[in-house]
Amino acid sequence: MKLDARIPSGSIQEAWAKACFDMKLVNPANKRKHSLIVVGSGLAGGAAAASLGELGYNVKCFCFQDSPRRAHSIAAQGGINAAKNYPNDGESVFRLFYDTVKGGDFRAREANVYRLAQISGKIIDQCVAQGVPFAREYGGSLTNRSFGGAQVSRTFYARGQTGQQLLLGAYQALERQVHAGSVTMIPRTEMLDLIVVDGQARGIVARNLITGEFTVHIADAVILASGGYSNVYYLSTNAKGSNVTASWRAYKRGALFANPCFTQIHPTCIPVSGDYQSKLTLMSESLRNDGRIWVPKKKGDPRPPNQIPEDERDYYLERRYPSFGNLVPRDVASRNAKAMCDEGFGVGKSGLGVYLDFAESIHRLGEKTVRERYGNLFDMYQRITDEDPYKTPMRIYPAVHYTMGGLWVDYQLQSTIPGLFVLGEANFSDHGANRLGASALMQGLSDGYFIIPYTVGNYLASTKFPKVDESNPAVQEALTSVRTKIDKLLSIKGNRTVDSFHRELGKIVWDYCGMARTAEGLKLAIGKIRTLRSEYWTNVTVPGSGDDLNESLEKAGRVADFFELAELMCMDALDRNESCGGHFREEYQTADGEAQRDDDHYSYVAAWAYKGPDADPELNKEPLTFEYVHPSQRSYK
Amino acid sequence: MKLTLKIWRQKNRNEKGAFVKYAVDNVDPEMSVLECLDVLNESLILRGEVPVAFEHDCREGICGSCGFMINGVAHGPERGTTACQLSMRHFKEGDELTLEPWRAKAFPMVKDLVVNRRALDHIIEASGYVSVATGQAPDGNDILVGKEVADQSMDAAACIGCGACVAACPNASAALFTGAKITHLGVLPQGQPERERRALSMVAQMNAEVFGNCTSIGECTGVCPKEIPLEVIANMNRDYVCASFTRREDFPTPVTPVVQRT
Repeated sequence: MKLDARIPSGSIQEAWAKACFDMKLVNPANKRKHSLIVVGSGLAGGAAAASLGELGYNVKCFCFQDSPRRAHSIAAQGGINAAKNYPNDGESVFRLFYDTVKGGDFRAREANVYRLAQISGKIIDQCVAQGVPFAREYGGSLTNRSFGGAQVSRTFYARGQTGQQLLLGAYQALERQVHAGSVTMIPRTEMLDLIVVDGQARGIVARNLITGEFTVHIADAVILASGGYSNVYYLSTNAKGSNVTASWRAYKRGALFANPCFTQIHPTCIPVSGDYQSKLTLMSESLRNDGRIWVPKKKGDPRPPNQIPEDERDYYLERRYPSFGNLVPRDVASRNAKAMCDEGFGVGKSGLGVYLDFAESIHRLGEKTVRERYGNLFDMYQRITDEDPYKTPMRIYPAVHYTMGGLWVDYQLQSTIPGLFVLGEANFSDHGANRLGASALMQGLSDGYFIIPYTVGNYLASTKFPKVDESNPAVQEALTSVRTKIDKLLSIKGNRTVDSFHRELGKIVWDYCGMARTAEGLKLAIGKIRTLRSEYWTNVTVPGSGDDLNESLEKAGRVADFFELAELMCMDALDRNESCGGHFREEYQTADGEAQRDDDHYSYVAAWAYKGPDADPELNKEPLTFEYVHPSQRSYK
Repeated sequence: MKLTLKIWRQKNRNEKGAFVKYAVDNVDPEMSVLECLDVLNESLILRGEVPVAFEHDCREGICGSCGFMINGVAHGPERGTTACQLSMRHFKEGDELTLEPWRAKAFPMVKDLVVNRRALDHIIEASGYVSVATGQAPDGNDILVGKEVADQSMDAAACIGCGACVAACPNASAALFTGAKITHLGVLPQGQPERERRALSMVAQMNAEVFGNCTSIGECTGVCPKEIPLEVIANMNRDYVCASFTRREDFPTPVTPVVQRT
């Protein structure tokens, strides 16, 4: 398949303005005649539904939670980047663009990233106007901080709850449209299939999670903003309900899935404490601004951290990366922590942890300042571990946090199925092989507030929409396939729970397609996943029935999709014979253990097409060209 | 350690519910209460029984999904803590924990520990926002907000909408929730143009949803996992009273409350 990204010709600085001007417009009086479906109510989905409702479209917005305000965007802690240059420290649109392309290890599309940087400032303006209580200086202006390895202070924040506050802004804008009647909010409802009629996305099949009822929703376009798939690993920092199902069903209906193996491992999470553990908790990356990471120089040192003298500590990030120190990008920090633990220097009961020490900052700044900056995070850490980070160093270990891969979209955020648009973490486009801190919120809101309102209009104005109703064979076929799958899951009545399979699957993916990957391991993993998947379909047990609230049944469908995704992730990782960003293939590293890219052979987006249940997916390549940022070996030394 | 969980089981709104006792062995002190329920549910599934329905999502205390009464206290005995963050180390061998759902007329029962909290969305829908369409905003620094005001706003904005305040209140009042949003927006310059209308509409919706009246008991702030201060209710009352004098002519019409929809 020829992938046309529809990037406007000419200079990158003018590309978005040119694209906007070239787009066809929908007459204001005609907007209400168009119906749109938005799946997901997080930053991308909530912002999109609100903005499209304001424009006058007829919008239905779906979420599986009881309220749109629960979407997982709410858990983002650290902040949101924007090229405002308020601190007068050398920030610019070009620098944010440059840092993002470089941080993504040259696997993102330049034009998309440039547009993101251009729009970033407007996002802050919009959120401020909505009443998002960003941190302020005494004089009343907005405060910025440096975050996640950036050498300029471009991050805006609202204590450690930036995601929550931005989401509430979008949620309130959404509720305003609900009140105005332009958006119908449909909570506790899960999208289970995409309806494609004559090659156009025309609706979804959904299941009401309270009554079990299947419903068909027809529209002129479908906008997926259903988030990422980190929960394929079972243990991740994602909310328990986060899943790949909406994206996956779209993939099986013909949308291409891009770079599935690009996953991000966040370096500062609380280590696993036992096998009952249901999820991992992130400690904001901002902690690395003032915390120092170290391990004892002696393997398996049994002494408590406070009794290990200074000269017997290895501040390994400061030692290896003198110019960035503890602020190296996430992938580098994570890999180094894993390496130290693999060599036996890890701390804590499991040996899978490193220290993040605030003693020096507390000494330098005083406990009061440290409390002001990180108080809520320290409290959260203490609540979970029963240890006081003011007195003893935190123990941290990397955990899966974000997925850069997702459904392939062009410059207009449209997938390979006309009428299916994909926003936020669910698409693949802006972060390449590694996302920089505080960039996810920026991308979700940019897609939702400022891009989709233009591009969906262009699609609607240039497309004809034949009448589709429930009797259409494509609708009936989708409905039947969803029903059959649910009935099948309920009828197996085997001996293992959904969670036990999910845990085992997650362990395989973490071991072989996690922080470090090898060709041999990936091949082994594909075999293990296939074996486990066939056991799943004969031995899983789902209690209860399909006609009331049944969380096991919801999970069973999602885990079934995770099995298929896991296999595709391994195939993608196996195909990419290079290391880049979060994708680290042990065979491809520099002499000092850094990721070794192969731009001659792998400077492309790997976009996979579904070819049926028994056939291998087909790899399509979108070549990546870099005209503005010359690919170089990333160096944070 | 070994514990007994005494849990409210109710198939749906129309059937009667009752407490059922379950013994749980191998409770690790490091577990959260929700992980303890996970362990119980895994064993129930393998025994062919229907697992306990409870709501949860982020499991780090920010999404507001989880919450039930633990021994009569919303979110359990630790202050400023959601159920998902409450660790089992606060209990001891042989303890019996009574778990029951939020009980309020405005929160219709769904199943076991799950209730319908859509009434809270309706309160936000009734003007719990600044009416600014996408693209209209001036530069962020054109609107100056003093640090103290921003901090006061943020203290109120930290509300996670879990509903514990309602469950803890003897009157099942949603005053803390509503007051938090009125304060969050009402103290900011951005919130001024709609300040009076907002107070009138949100209070009208709160009343329509059959939440009870506030009688300043303060249980709400005591159980609030984000420790929203009681003063937000005073802010709400002040704004409401002021608005009642000046805007009597356009008294808002509430949307159909949850109890009449279900």
